[in-house]
Amino acid sequence: MSEQEHLTHEQTRDIDENIAWAKINKDVLKSMENPRAGYWVALVGCMLLFSVMIFAEVWQYNYGMGDALLNTSHMWDLYISTFVFWIGMSHSGTLLSAILHLVHADWRKPIYRFAEAMTTFSLMTAGIFPVIHLGRVWNFYWVMPYMSDRGIWPNFRSPLIWDAFAITSYLTSSVLFLYIGMIPDLAICRDSATGWRKTLYTFMSLGWRGDDAQWRNFRFTYLMIACFLIPLAVSVHSIVAMDFAMALMPGWHVTSFPPYFVAGALYSGCAAIISLFIALRYFFKFEEYMTMPILDKVCKLTFVIAMFWTYLNLIEFASVWYGHDVPAKEVLLAKAFGPYSPFFWSMVVFGSVLPFSLLSKCVRRNMKIMMTVSLLLNVGMFLERWMIVTPTLSLGYHPQAFNVMWPGWVEWAMVGGSFGWFGMLFLIFVKVFPCVSMYEVKEMVYHRKRHAEADEDAMIVLHTGVPGPKKSQETGGA
Amino acid sequence: MSGSTTTSIRKTKRVLGLFSDFDQAFNVITDIKHYKVPGISVDDVTLKSPIEHPEIEEVLGERKCHVPKFSFVGGLVGFCFTFLFLASAQANFLAQPQGGKPVITIPSNIVLAYEMLILFGVLSTLTGFVLGARLMRKPKGLYDTAITVDQIGIVVEVSDDEIQPLKAAFKMHNVLEVHEESLT
Repeated sequence: MSEQEHLTHEQTRDIDENIAWAKINKDVLKSMENPRAGYWVALVGCMLLFSVMIFAEVWQYNYGMGDALLNTSHMWDLYISTFVFWIGMSHSGTLLSAILHLVHADWRKPIYRFAEAMTTFSLMTAGIFPVIHLGRVWNFYWVMPYMSDRGIWPNFRSPLIWDAFAITSYLTSSVLFLYIGMIPDLAICRDSATGWRKTLYTFMSLGWRGDDAQWRNFRFTYLMIACFLIPLAVSVHSIVAMDFAMALMPGWHVTSFPPYFVAGALYSGCAAIISLFIALRYFFKFEEYMTMPILDKVCKLTFVIAMFWTYLNLIEFASVWYGHDVPAKEVLLAKAFGPYSPFFWSMVVFGSVLPFSLLSKCVRRNMKIMMTVSLLLNVGMFLERWMIVTPTLSLGYHPQAFNVMWPGWVEWAMVGGSFGWFGMLFLIFVKVFPCVSMYEVKEMVYHRKRHAEADEDAMIVLHTGVPGPKKSQETGGA
Repeated sequence: MSGSTTTSIRKTKRVLGLFSDFDQAFNVITDIKHYKVPGISVDDVTLKSPIEHPEIEEVLGERKCHVPKFSFVGGLVGFCFTFLFLASAQANFLAQPQGGKPVITIPSNIVLAYEMLILFGVLSTLTGFVLGARLMRKPKGLYDTAITVDQIGIVVEVSDDEIQPLKAAFKMHNVLEVHEESLT
C-alpha cells in the first residue's frame, strides 16, 4: 500500500484543524490553474458526447419525431425518463447546501459548492428535454403565462404548466443561491487574479470587502434562501410526480408518487455527489479537503436515503397489489415478468440491494469501488425512471395501443449527450470558479480548532483543577 | 453618550489596522467600547474579516439587518400577485371548456402561487442583501487584500486629535500594519 493510500485509510478527521487559512486560499486557487490531465480528457469526452446530442437533435429536427421511434402510445418514453432523472439529480445541492446548512452539519462545507453547481447544471440539462420533445423547438415559449393573439391562455390546471413554473423558480433560485454563496470566494479570487479572471471576479464579487455589515446581511440572506429552497425542491419533484400521478394511467395514478419521487431524487443526487467527489478529488488533488471521513458520511447518508426509497417502492407495489385495480396490477406484473423485466430487476438490484455494500467500511474507503458503486446506483435510478414511464405506456387501458417499444439511436444519443452537456458545463464551472468554498472551510477549521482547544482546557481543569493558558483565536496564518 | 459627542467632531481621516487574529481585534474594540480611546465610539468601528465571527455581535453590539423583511414582503407579494394574475386570466378566458369545474380553480392556482411566492421571495431577499450589504457601489474606504486571506481589519473614521490614541490602542494589541487615508 502506498503512503498516500495509507494516509487516506488512516484519515479519521473531517479536516485538519491546523491547516493555515492562507494555505486554503493557495490550494483552492491553484486548483483552478493546474488540474491533472484527467480533467482535460474528461472535458474532451463530454464535448464529444454533447456533439453526438447535437447531431441527433439536428437529425430529429429534419426527419421528425418518428426517427426517435416515438409513436402514439409511446409519446414520451426516454425523453421524460431522462427529464425526471436530471430533475432528481438536482436535489443533491439542496440537500447538502440548504438542509445540512440548517441542521449545522459543518462537514458539508468543503463539498457543498460543487453539489450546488450540480443542482444548477442538472436543471439546465433537464430543461432541454421538454423542449427537444416538442419537435418544433421554437414553440417552447408557449408554456409562458401570456395571452396569445387569439385570446388563449395556457391551461393553468395542467401539471405541465406547474412544471414550467416550478422549474423556472427552482433554476433561478438555485443559480442565485450558488452565486450568493460564492461572493466572498469571488472576492478572494479577485484579490489574487490577473487578466480576464480579475475582470470577471471583480465584476461578480460586487465590491465585497468582508465588512461586518456585509457578513451580517450575507448570513441572513443565505439562511433565508436556504429556507425558501427546501420547500421549493420538495415541491418541484412533487410536481414532476404529479405529471404522472394526475394522469389516469395504470401504474401512474398512485398517491405515494410525490414522496417516492422526492426520495428517489435525493438518492440519485447523493450517488452523483459521491461520483463527482471522487472525480474532483482526483482532478484537483483535493485530498486535504475532500477527505475520506466526509465521503464516509455521504455514503452513510446515501444508504439511509436508499432504504427510504426502497421502502416507498415497496409501498407503491403493495398499494397496487392490494388495490385490486386490474390494469395497474397487470402493469406491475409486466414490469416483473414481461419484456422489460431485465431492466426492472436490474433496477431492484442496483437501487435496493447494492446500497447494502455501503455498510462495509472497506467499500466506503476504497475510491475505485465507491466510484463504481455510485455509478451503478445511478444506473439503477435511471432504470427506475424508465420503468415508471415505458411499461405503463406499453400497457395502457386501450388494448389497441398495447405496444412494446425500444428506444432508437436518436433517443439514446440524446440521453448520452445530456451527460456530455452536464459534464461539460460542470467541468468548465469547476475550472473557472472555486469548487471548494474557501471561506466556509476557514470557518470549519476555525470552529473545530476552538472546540478542540476548549475540550483540551476542560480536560486540564478536570485533571489538575487549574485552568490552562488562554489561547488566542488564531487564523493560522499571519 | 460618547457617540453623540463624537458625531459633532469632524472626521478627517480613515484608519485601518490589521491584526493576525480575532482576539487582538476584539480587544481593541473592547477598549473603544470602554472609552479607553478618547472620542471614538464603537459605532464608528467597521470590522473586516475573512469569515464571519460567530460572536461578533457580542463585541460590536446588535446592528440592524433588514433582509428578513425583504424576504417576507417579496414572498407575500409573489403569492398575492400570482393568485390575482391567474384568477383574472381565468376570469377572462371563458372560451376554455370548464367541464363543470369552477372558472377560478383555487387548488391549482395555489400550486402556482406557492412557486411564485418562493421565486419573488428569493429575488426580494437578493435585493435586500445588495442594498443592506452596500454591494454594487463604488468601493469606499481602506482595504487590504490580506483581509480575504487571514487578517482581521478594523476601520475607524477619526478626527485629527483622535488618530494618536487610536494608533496607540492598535499598537498595544499587536497591530501588524496601519494604513490611513484622508477623508477630504
